[in-house]
Amino acid sequence: MVRTALDQVALEVKHISKSFGGVQALRDVSFTINKGEVVGLLGDNGAGKSTLVRCISGIHAPDSGQILVNGQEVNINSPLDARASGIETVFQDLAMVPEFNITENLFLNREIRHKNPILAWFGWLDTKAMEHRGRKAINRLNSRIPSYKEKIHNLSGGQRQAVAIARAVNWGADIVIMDEPTAALGVEQSAQVNELINVISGQGVAVLLISHNMQHVVETCDRAVVLYQGTSAADVAVKDVSKEQLVGLITGVNQSAA
Amino acid sequence: MLTAHSERFNFKRLALKREAFIYYIFFVVLALFAIVLHDTAFLSVNNFMNIIRQTAPITIMAVGLTFALAVGHIDLSIGAVVALSALVGALLLEQFGIPVAVAGALLVGVCVGLINGLLIERLQVSSLLITLGTMGVITGVARQISNLESVPIINPDFTFYFGAGEVFGIPVLFLWTIVIAGIAYLALNKLVFGRHLLAVGGSPKAALAMGINVVRVRLNALVISSVAAALAGLLYAGRLHGARYTLGEADLLTVIAAVAIGGTSLFGGRASIVGAILGSWLMGMINNGLILSGFSTNEQMIARGVILIIAVTIGVKELKNG
Repeated sequence: MVRTALDQVALEVKHISKSFGGVQALRDVSFTINKGEVVGLLGDNGAGKSTLVRCISGIHAPDSGQILVNGQEVNINSPLDARASGIETVFQDLAMVPEFNITENLFLNREIRHKNPILAWFGWLDTKAMEHRGRKAINRLNSRIPSYKEKIHNLSGGQRQAVAIARAVNWGADIVIMDEPTAALGVEQSAQVNELINVISGQGVAVLLISHNMQHVVETCDRAVVLYQGTSAADVAVKDVSKEQLVGLITGVNQSAA
Repeated sequence: MLTAHSERFNFKRLALKREAFIYYIFFVVLALFAIVLHDTAFLSVNNFMNIIRQTAPITIMAVGLTFALAVGHIDLSIGAVVALSALVGALLLEQFGIPVAVAGALLVGVCVGLINGLLIERLQVSSLLITLGTMGVITGVARQISNLESVPIINPDFTFYFGAGEVFGIPVLFLWTIVIAGIAYLALNKLVFGRHLLAVGGSPKAALAMGINVVRVRLNALVISSVAAALAGLLYAGRLHGARYTLGEADLLTVIAAVAIGGTSLFGGRASIVGAILGSWLMGMINNGLILSGFSTNEQMIARGVILIIAVTIGVKELKNG
């Protein structure tokens, strides 16, 4: 996969450290993601993956270090700040309201209001505009969704994942963080999610993928950043290493490969 | 794929049934009484206007409770708020006039709603227990400030606008019902406000993750529920020409039954204003029909209890299947 035209840094994380009480969860972690690149974030349980993701998505504030989006330093103190900087996180539980339909979930807390300013002041919903834009967002992912009026709890796991990704991309995210997107999915649906990741990275979105699934990482990621006990143990192009070497890096057995 | 399809199909049929349930039962009960009471005045426009007028406070409480249920809270204090707001209104009326009396009564609602909401959020205790407690407190306060005596209302303007009045031949109690129901319907179904209420009730985690201020949404819902009860108190006071600490005492069961049978989930996330209104009229019609059939208030109370159990059972069954 040659993406030289898009080789501009979308997200740069510099020297991030974070400790909770006496436990140092992250120690001077740095990495970058280019536009259109898919980077896998790997590591054993407790290696600091979730802490790092939480720092980037605004749930935790890092003790030290910088986060740069498109070359600009950003101050991320809350999930809303992260979103305003163009970073969207697709959480493992997807943050969907099961009783709501696809469109309602796509626009949750970002509802389009009526054109009439008086009605808009009352918070009058422009349902037509949301359906129209929602359809576009889903179409952009070429994904197979039965109907935009279908409630989320009637969708398959893969379809729900697609809606969550569409929501992130629809809000103009330059960087999408995905937390174990295929953890609860079967083989066929995992393949669909991989396809979605390819589609959005092809559109220039930088993707940070947290995964335990080696196969998944090898299939979808361009690079892998491996955390080991809170430090970055490796930053390697996936095609340069074998699955066994990756496992070695994660478990800390084979650090020389870095 | 085939199984997924048939599941979806079944679910849709079930949902259709649940949402339409109130219409079926409304007309079944109507038909039943129409047949049994064919030689009485049951099936007359006058009687139905009467039912709507008498049920107006219940309807408005049901509409208010729908908001609390939408966010996943129950509000047991509404019956007690009816008594306190009616008493506060009646006590203020003689000295300060209608505007102050109405403002004072509604303020009772705002305060109770805020207290309920803040206690629930701060103590992280279920709304069921907190509002059960505040119900006791408010009832005690109502008994205390009235010395267990009724406060009569002789202000003819008040009893006109909150009781027996008619505008262009339409009873004001019917107008109150329609106006409140209309506003509530729009707020819940057409505005961002209602969308967020239902989101918080349907999945608090998702609402929080998407940046909705969950605590504020829940507070708003409880304030609406209690202000609606306060308005119901004024309507009782207006219709009965006075307030008494016993007002609203027996209404809690009726209101919950009305809302539940109308299709609002008792677990949050799904709410129907039209259902709440039809549900409360159904309860009114059943009361009216039972009276005309010669049943006592005791038997009416039994009927209300049975209806609540049926309504809630249907709701829980659906939750399991859905």
